[in-house]
Amino acid sequence: MNIDWVHFTPLWSLIGGLLIGLAASIFLLFHGRIMGVSGILGGLIRPLKGDRGWRISFIAGLISATIGAKLLGLMPAIDIESSPLQLAIAGLLVGFGTATGSGCTSGHGVCGIARLSPRSISATITFIATGVLTVWIMRHSGIGG
Amino acid sequence: MHHLIRRISEYLVGLLFGFGLILGGMINPSKVIGFLDLLGLWDPSLAFVMGGAVILSYGAFRMTKRSGFSLQGRVIMLDDSKPIDARLLMGSGLFGIGWGLSGFCPGPALASLGTGEWKAALFVMAMILGTWIAGRVKIGMN
Repeated sequence: MNIDWVHFTPLWSLIGGLLIGLAASIFLLFHGRIMGVSGILGGLIRPLKGDRGWRISFIAGLISATIGAKLLGLMPAIDIESSPLQLAIAGLLVGFGTATGSGCTSGHGVCGIARLSPRSISATITFIATGVLTVWIMRHSGIGG
Repeated sequence: MHHLIRRISEYLVGLLFGFGLILGGMINPSKVIGFLDLLGLWDPSLAFVMGGAVILSYGAFRMTKRSGFSLQGRVIMLDDSKPIDARLLMGSGLFGIGWGLSGFCPGPALASLGTGEWKAALFVMAMILGTWIAGRVKIGMN
């Protein structure tokens, strides 16, 4: 293993993580909800009556963050390396996988691990493992582009 | 809590979460792929994002564990009776493949819609379609 010291941002990443943890804590303590994005989005696809407003508010806030950061000139560059075809396939897999596996990086990886849920810990290990393997295949195996 | 205040406060939670994703670097797919490049040139930053987020959330979950209620008195429903089954592991495995292919997971992907990047919008449309398909085939799997 080689560490990429050039791109390593421990302080900012920790600050960002604490903000995410604060958001998840507020959502739990004040709203009584789990901040799991795939579940919040999934509930909008076939919404139950009276269960739509909070999901839309949360997602609107999430999208406003990048709009706000852009307006304030604080938005970092984002590089999307993948081709449109890769993105389409990846999107299908992420949508299908998180719906089938009942969670994503926020729901399982943050909230689930924080409450020491065995299901979420297993899910997180699994998606990090297949993610690592996929990146290895893409970048180092000679198979990927 | 008044309905409107509730909607605004949920919006602010989303906003805070989004700023966390931006500051932490998770908004950038190429940085996410750098984190998943554990077997190559590894950028460990996102472990700090997860670590920071888990530490604070752990405290919050501890606080609600005893009562089972949020501060507003809403029952917090957490179902821990479900087993670790093939469905969970298969779904999470497929999610990880998509995550590695693109560097996008659902939170940062939705947040990226605000950047106006058409590639992010393409990913989100495919993700919504994938979620919808999962809802359709669910019955067959159980």
